[in-house]
Formats: sequence, C-alpha cells, structure tokens
Amino acid sequence: MRDLVIIGGGPAGMSAAIAAYENGVKDILILERDESLGGILQQCIHNGFGLHKFGEELTGPEYAWKYEAKVRELGIECKLNTMVLDVSEDKVVTATNSEDGIFQIQAKAVILAMGCRERSKGALNIAGSRPAGIYSAGTAQKFVNMKGYLPGKNVVILGSGDIGLIMARRMTLEGAKVHAVCELMPYSGGLARNIEQCLNDFNIPLKLSHTIVKIHGKQRVEGVTIAKVDENRRPIKETEEYIACDTILFSVGLIPENELSKSANVELSGITSGAVVDQDRQTSVEGIFSCGNVLHVHDLVDYVSEEAEIAGKAAVEYINGNKDESVSIPVKTDGKIRYTVPQIITKKKDVSVYFRVSNIYKNVTVKVTDGENVLLSKKRVKVAPGEMESVTLKKEMLENAKELYFSLEEK
Amino acid sequence: MERKLTCIICPLGCELTVQVEDKKVLDIKGNTCPRGKVYAESECINPQRTITSTVRCNDGGLVAVKTDKPIPKDKMTECMAVINKAVATLPVSIGDVIVEDVFGSNIVATQNRK
Ligand SMILES: Cc1cc2nc3c(=O)[nH]c(=O)nc-3n(C[C@H](O)[C@H](O)[C@H](O)COP(=O)(O)OP(=O)(O)OC[C@H]3O[C@@H](n4cnc5c(N)ncnc54)[C@H](O)[C@@H]3O)c2cc1C
Ligand code: SF4
Repeated sequence: MRDLVIIGGGPAGMSAAIAAYENGVKDILILERDESLGGILQQCIHNGFGLHKFGEELTGPEYAWKYEAKVRELGIECKLNTMVLDVSEDKVVTATNSEDGIFQIQAKAVILAMGCRERSKGALNIAGSRPAGIYSAGTAQKFVNMKGYLPGKNVVILGSGDIGLIMARRMTLEGAKVHAVCELMPYSGGLARNIEQCLNDFNIPLKLSHTIVKIHGKQRVEGVTIAKVDENRRPIKETEEYIACDTILFSVGLIPENELSKSANVELSGITSGAVVDQDRQTSVEGIFSCGNVLHVHDLVDYVSEEAEIAGKAAVEYINGNKDESVSIPVKTDGKIRYTVPQIITKKKDVSVYFRVSNIYKNVTVKVTDGENVLLSKKRVKVAPGEMESVTLKKEMLENAKELYFSLEEK
Repeated sequence: MERKLTCIICPLGCELTVQVEDKKVLDIKGNTCPRGKVYAESECINPQRTITSTVRCNDGGLVAVKTDKPIPKDKMTECMAVINKAVATLPVSIGDVIVEDVFGSNIVATQNRK
C-alpha cells in the first residue's frame, strides 16, 4: 500500500510530487518509463521556459532540472525505466521493469501525468506513397537534439505549431534549408514570438491557408506539391506549386495520452481528449487526479507546473480524508470558448478557470454568468486558439451558482 | 521611418510600432511592459539573439548548450560553427562553460551529463 502513486516523471509528475510532499504526504512513488526524469523537456533544448514561474528564461532541460533537483533533495522515490501497464478504478497500479518484472501497487491516490503525444501523420490524407524522409516535428527534435543526427538537408514543414516553428530554426542553424512552413488555417497555431525568431529571422516563408497536396518520390522524398486552400480548406488547383525537398516534417498538433485513464474508467472529454476534472483536478473516479498535458495540451510548461501543484495538494487532502461540503456546478461554454478546465466545480472556493477559444477574435469580452447573473466580464484585445487564457472566480461568486456559463461577446 | 516588430521577450508577443531615424529610436508603441521597450531599442540598433544547440562530448554523446548572453544576430552562423567544432569533456553540469568568449558570450551547458 502506498499513499500516492504518480504516473509520469515529466514536469507535471515532478511538480505534483513536490506539492504533495510539502503538504504532508511523504509516501510517494513516481513511475517513469524513460531512463531519466524530465519528460519531453529533455529534448526541448531551446529557451523560453520558466519566465512566468521563475522570472528567468530557461531552456527545457534547465527547467526540468529545477524540479528534478528538488525531487532528489526531498528524497522522493522514483522508479525509472518503469512502464505502467494498467490503472484500475480502485487504484491498483500495474507496472513493469527489468528488475521487478510485473508488479502491482495499491495506492490511496493516483495522479495521472503521462503527457501527450503528437498527432500522427497517418491521420492526414495526402496523395503519393510514403517514402523515407517524413517525420513528425517531435521525432525530428529528438533526432537532432538527443542523437545529433540531422534528418535531411532540404525541408518543408506542414503545420505551424510551436514544435514545427522551433524545428525550422533548429534545422536551419544546423545547416539545412527550410523552404516553407505550410499552415492549413488562415492563422498560425504557434506563438507570435516563435514566428518572429524562428521563421522571420531566417527568411523562412510562412504560407497560411496552404497545404501539401502530393508527396513525390518512391524510396526517399524528392519533393512536394503545395497549394493554397479555399474557405472550405479545399486545395485550389491553379495555385499548385512544386518544391524540391528531401524531408517533410509534420507539426499538426498534440493529443493527450489517455490509454491508462481509460483503463481506470475515468470519464474523458470529447473536446480536450483528456479527463473531465473538477477544480482540484480530480477525475470522475474518486482519488484519481490528472494534470499536465495528459489533461489538456498546454503551450507553456509554467502552467503545467501550476496545475500539477493543484493536483498534488488536492491528493493530500483526499488521502487525509478532508471532506468539505460538496456541490456540483457544471461549467458550460458557448462554442467560441471551446473548452474550460475544470469542467465541473465541486467545492465552493476561489478557482482559476483555464480556457481556449476556437478561433482568433479581436476586441472581445469574456463573460461568465451563473445562469442568471453576470459574475465577471473581462475585455481582451486578442484571443487565439494557440494561447490558453484564464480567469479567477472568487468563492463569493459561486454562492448561488447552479451552473457557470462562459461566453465570448464580439463588439 | 516606422518599423513593425513582434516582441520576442515573453510569450505574449506584443506587436510594437517603432519610429526610427538614423539608428535612433524616437518612439515606441504597443509594448505591455518596459522589457518590450528595451527589446525594441536593441532590435533597431543592435539586434541580438540567444543561441541554443548541442555540443559533442568526449564519449560521443551530446550535451545541450546555450550562449549565456544574447549575441549579435548577424553572428549566429559563425557562433554555430564554433559550437559544432567544440568538444565537451565529461562530466558536465548545468552552467559549466564549454567555450569562452564567443562574440562576448560564453557557451554554457544546459544539461547534466556524467
Ligand atoms: C515533441 C514535443 C515538443 C514540445 N515542445 C514544447 C516546447 O517547445 N515548449 C513548451 O512549452 N512545451 C512544449 N511541449 C509541450 C510540453 O510537453 C509540455 O509543456 C510539458 O512538457 C508537459 O509536461 P507533462 O509532464 O504533462 O508531460 P511530459 O513532459 O510529456 O511528461 C510525461 C511523462 O510521462 C511518462 N509516461 C507516459 N506514459 C507512461 C507510462 N505508461 N508509464 C510510465 N511513464 C509514462 C513519459 O515518459 C514522460 O516522461 C512539447 C510537447 C511535445 C510532445
Ligand atoms: S512588451 Fe513585455 S509583455 Fe509584451 S511581449 Fe514584450 S516582454 Fe512580453
């Protein structure tokens, strides 16, 4: 029997562990399938992490190390090279490694922190065979930054998510030529700063409303045909253009990795692909919590750490058997606001609600009502799907709430 | 002359409008915080970037590195050439200087390697 088992030793798992320890639960075990802690940050060697949390600009490995050092200092137990195979609804965790074979642990509480994976290129419909030279941006990142191997010399990138933008710069610095970044949507999903410093600095064209319609080459990629798309995202034949290249990178988004959540019967959201959680990041299964990219995809790791602290603290309260009076206030959205986390409020206390919008909107008001009364309205100059927003609701506001309704009003 | 810039200092990415004459910044609009102003001035007069990359270690593996200060933007390629020639002797800890004084900055490790 263990008090707290945490699955995943990335930034989410480590922050949750530290928060739980500092709030009084010391019997913690982190299970990590990799040979080291840090998660995906180990391959994100660029800077831009931690500004929010530490007020300084760190690289991914440096950010991870701040947490790993703390985990070690506190003596929190970690099993590395250990793959979790199953989590049951009554919190039995089944895992395996070469030392212990397959083993089971009964936990009082479980925190799911397995992160996300990249959407696969297979999901895309592009004509042509599948020659060598096609990689996801994250795989290319691993090759270049962890193995020191440049996947190609002439590159076209499909999708303008941050990982794709970062890789455009990384491969350029290592001597490759990135011919274009094609983005299906009329706007980029990446941060403005990354378009500036990863593309504009190197004169790499960002082709909005463009897609790859054909991949050329049999053994190895020889080129791509790209085309502009119309409002319905259908390629316009007359705009087709051939670009010779030996490598294609896909950066078409991330998706939470929730196989284990499913095995534990945790209710998942069709929108985030992560668990449905309350303000404590507790899932539909009591005592099972979820945080970080396995819950919803974050663009900034700083917010991952923050969210994991909430889960860590709440797990301690659960283990200690603190039961406040519980309520059930669903959080609903108007569609322009695509989703919120949490999706349900079960305790009346101050709560930060994170949300993402479904399109780019300018000069809007974010409005929160309790079904009847406006609780809060906040002006935003610009909101975009790539950037997570948040508002804080005070305990008093929840006094008479039966539901919370989040909407976006355009002028 | 009016220049449009995107501030790269933090994820907010404010759009800055800068009035420049003869390498002198006369006016800056659009910055949400003072750091944006500092960025706009530097970007118009002496643009700078931090470089992150990897260096080979003497066991054949890699260690992640960065310039500990931003370097002039037009020296990025030359800086990469220095980084790609360097060899780090293990063990390496975060903050260890791998190459000294490259365009006014040190190349330092951002990973621990045994
Ligand atoms: C390729 C890629 C590049 C990214 N680049 C950036 C970036 O440049 N900037 C940025 O801010 N964010 C980036 N992100 C987002 C980044 O992942 C998050 O900011 C942050 O790392 C999420 O932390 P996490 O702990 O939730 O997940 P992760 O860092 O993914 O950690 C999850 C951990 O769980 C482990 N795990 C998963 N399943 C199991 C299992 N069954 N058993 C045991 N262990 C398991 C994994 O091995 C991993 O160590 C990137 C994401 C990806 C996928
Ligand atoms: S001006 Fe300030 S707030 Fe705006 S992007 Fe620059 S650093 Fe960030």
